[in-house]
Amino acid sequence: MATHLILQKIFKTGIVSEPMPEADPSLRTRMQELQADLLKVFGRALAIRHVDAGSCNGCELEIHAINGPQYNIEGMGIKFAASPRHVDVLLVTGPVSRNLETALKRTYDATPEPKWVVAMGDCGCNGGIFGESYASCGKISNVIPVDVEVPGCPPDPVTLLKGILAAVSGGR
Amino acid sequence: MKIAGHEWDLASLGNHVWRGRIAAAELLAFAQSVKDEGGQLVALWGSDDRQLFPLSPGGRGAGGEGAGFAIHAAFITAAGLAWVSAELLADTPAYPDLAVIFPQADRMQRATHDLLGIQAEGAVDGRKWLRHGAWPEGSFPLRKDFDAEVVRELDAYPFIRVEGDGPHEIPVGPIHAGTIEPGHFRFSIIGDRVLKLEQRLGYTHKGIEKRFEGMDLATGAKLAGRVSGDSHSAYAWAYCMAVETATGYEVPERALWLRALFLEIERVANHLGDLGYLGNDVALSFGFMQFWRLKEELLRLSGRLFGHRYLFDRIIPGGAAVDLTDGSELLALAGRLEAEVRELKAIYDEHPTLQDRMANTGIVAPALAARLGLTGLAGRASAQAWDARVQFPQTPYDRLDVGMSTHRRGDVLARAEVRFAEVVESLRLIRAIVQGIPAGAIAVPVRVPDKVTEGIGWVEGWRGEILVAVRIGADGKLDRVHPHDPSWQNWPLLEVGILGNIVPDFPLINKSFNLSYSGQDL
Ligand code: SF4
Repeated sequence: MATHLILQKIFKTGIVSEPMPEADPSLRTRMQELQADLLKVFGRALAIRHVDAGSCNGCELEIHAINGPQYNIEGMGIKFAASPRHVDVLLVTGPVSRNLETALKRTYDATPEPKWVVAMGDCGCNGGIFGESYASCGKISNVIPVDVEVPGCPPDPVTLLKGILAAVSGGR
Repeated sequence: MKIAGHEWDLASLGNHVWRGRIAAAELLAFAQSVKDEGGQLVALWGSDDRQLFPLSPGGRGAGGEGAGFAIHAAFITAAGLAWVSAELLADTPAYPDLAVIFPQADRMQRATHDLLGIQAEGAVDGRKWLRHGAWPEGSFPLRKDFDAEVVRELDAYPFIRVEGDGPHEIPVGPIHAGTIEPGHFRFSIIGDRVLKLEQRLGYTHKGIEKRFEGMDLATGAKLAGRVSGDSHSAYAWAYCMAVETATGYEVPERALWLRALFLEIERVANHLGDLGYLGNDVALSFGFMQFWRLKEELLRLSGRLFGHRYLFDRIIPGGAAVDLTDGSELLALAGRLEAEVRELKAIYDEHPTLQDRMANTGIVAPALAARLGLTGLAGRASAQAWDARVQFPQTPYDRLDVGMSTHRRGDVLARAEVRFAEVVESLRLIRAIVQGIPAGAIAVPVRVPDKVTEGIGWVEGWRGEILVAVRIGADGKLDRVHPHDPSWQNWPLLEVGILGNIVPDFPLINKSFNLSYSGQDL
């Protein structure tokens, strides 16, 4: 029976989650406007909306990966939400394609204050290999304000998590 | 070359690839003979050849299209890949509509028009495809004289509407609710049942083909690998194969084995991820956690052994960028993954809700799959028995005797079953490669030619066949590169597979195909 097999497998697998990495403040690009006390209230219950603004889908692979059991992000209080209206952080990938420029701006506007934007990957940080062209606006900060830039192609899960934590941990 | 009893003037380029130039007026007859033989259209693209001097048409790889435009098409035939090109007039470039024979040509023809202003004459669907509002009508980015100045237009796209009492529309996207790529889906429904789904893609169009122009060969490999990041090794290999056909240099055998190793690791990683998500989408998060645990172990080992979790930039023109020094860890992990995947398969097999949700959901019947050109993994789940590694094996696949997995049911469950079988087969291949890889160099220096040359590469990626066509200019820089993703053929079948299903099953059906947006948006 399936339930029996599932339980067996769960016990055999055990807990594979690893400790959470520390925030990396060096990834921050602009001064936080948020008060320290707000951060305390905010704590570590963080909702993120991922926005693919034109990526090659490589960065998405690592976003999926941090949802896996080794990284246990829900255990850290981080979760991905379906609507920008429900989140604190926009995690944006890709160079911004011109065909998505409006959608990205609207998503940003739909996100309530206070909000943070994490630009993920070389493309998000500087346009990457695609650069700026008739079809690409280049880096994310060409289109919306960015708080943290996480380089890499794609950035590995630990670097990505450090970047996300840096965005919300302010000067702490 | 004989196709369905008809003799065509195509020359062999080796590696099961055939090359020929025909008149535009002959395209339909050529396509028909491929169809009669049971073949398929794989890719269709155009090029601006106005700056090229007419070269001798017989010469190997000569860009002999003359001083106008050209339309190119690649077909799968019984003898391999047939690549034909036809010259088109500079003023009124047009060719006959191929969608009447191969419906999958429709979107490729529309994209070719958006990018180059080449017209498919008589085509029923004349709507734009990749062009939204980022460049104006009548301006064509892949023309060499394109003025890159940004002009913005209001984007309007006429969806096909379902009229009458009762049906209503649900627009979804381009920004989706989960971590997936952007695209727009327009559902017309009655109650919970889908009457019609229409896709609008092209949102991630970032000008990849234009970007290739003028690039050096090494950087081109990096860009090719980023057409669709989840198929990095497949694209990088297909690109390098194309460059190698064009320039005629031989890659060391060890490098080819390494490339196959990377390709099979990529296949296993993607299939594991998808099997996890398929569990997740039927509310079995246990499946997600288990498969993603396994996938992560494979990614970490790839990172340790080869320096990149997804093996980016490990395949380079001339060979491979990194060697395998000690394969013991890979052998051990492949063995363990196989045992665990079999355990998990037993659970999926016996899980009543999972079986109930997946069986008879999102069906693409074999006859329809054949008519519309469903390909790759999804094709094999609908009895389309094509796998380039099996029918047209190149080194090292010609020595590995790859087993093909097919299914006749064409539903979500069949696509999951094919994935399970392919994971196990690829793990066997990984072990066979590690044990059988010949000694020797892993790369040779690339000689840049001083005349116009062209080539094509063709690799069975995890999703289906990845094709890259390359033309190198006399200056040794890339002049025209066309990367083709199997998602072009398969996206329209998703529109068909959802019909009559309920809206809540869409995410599951969509995931069972797991098509690339970036790969088709370019
Ligand atoms: S940074 Fe790399 S992985 Fe991420 S979208 Fe850009 S090319 Fe793809």
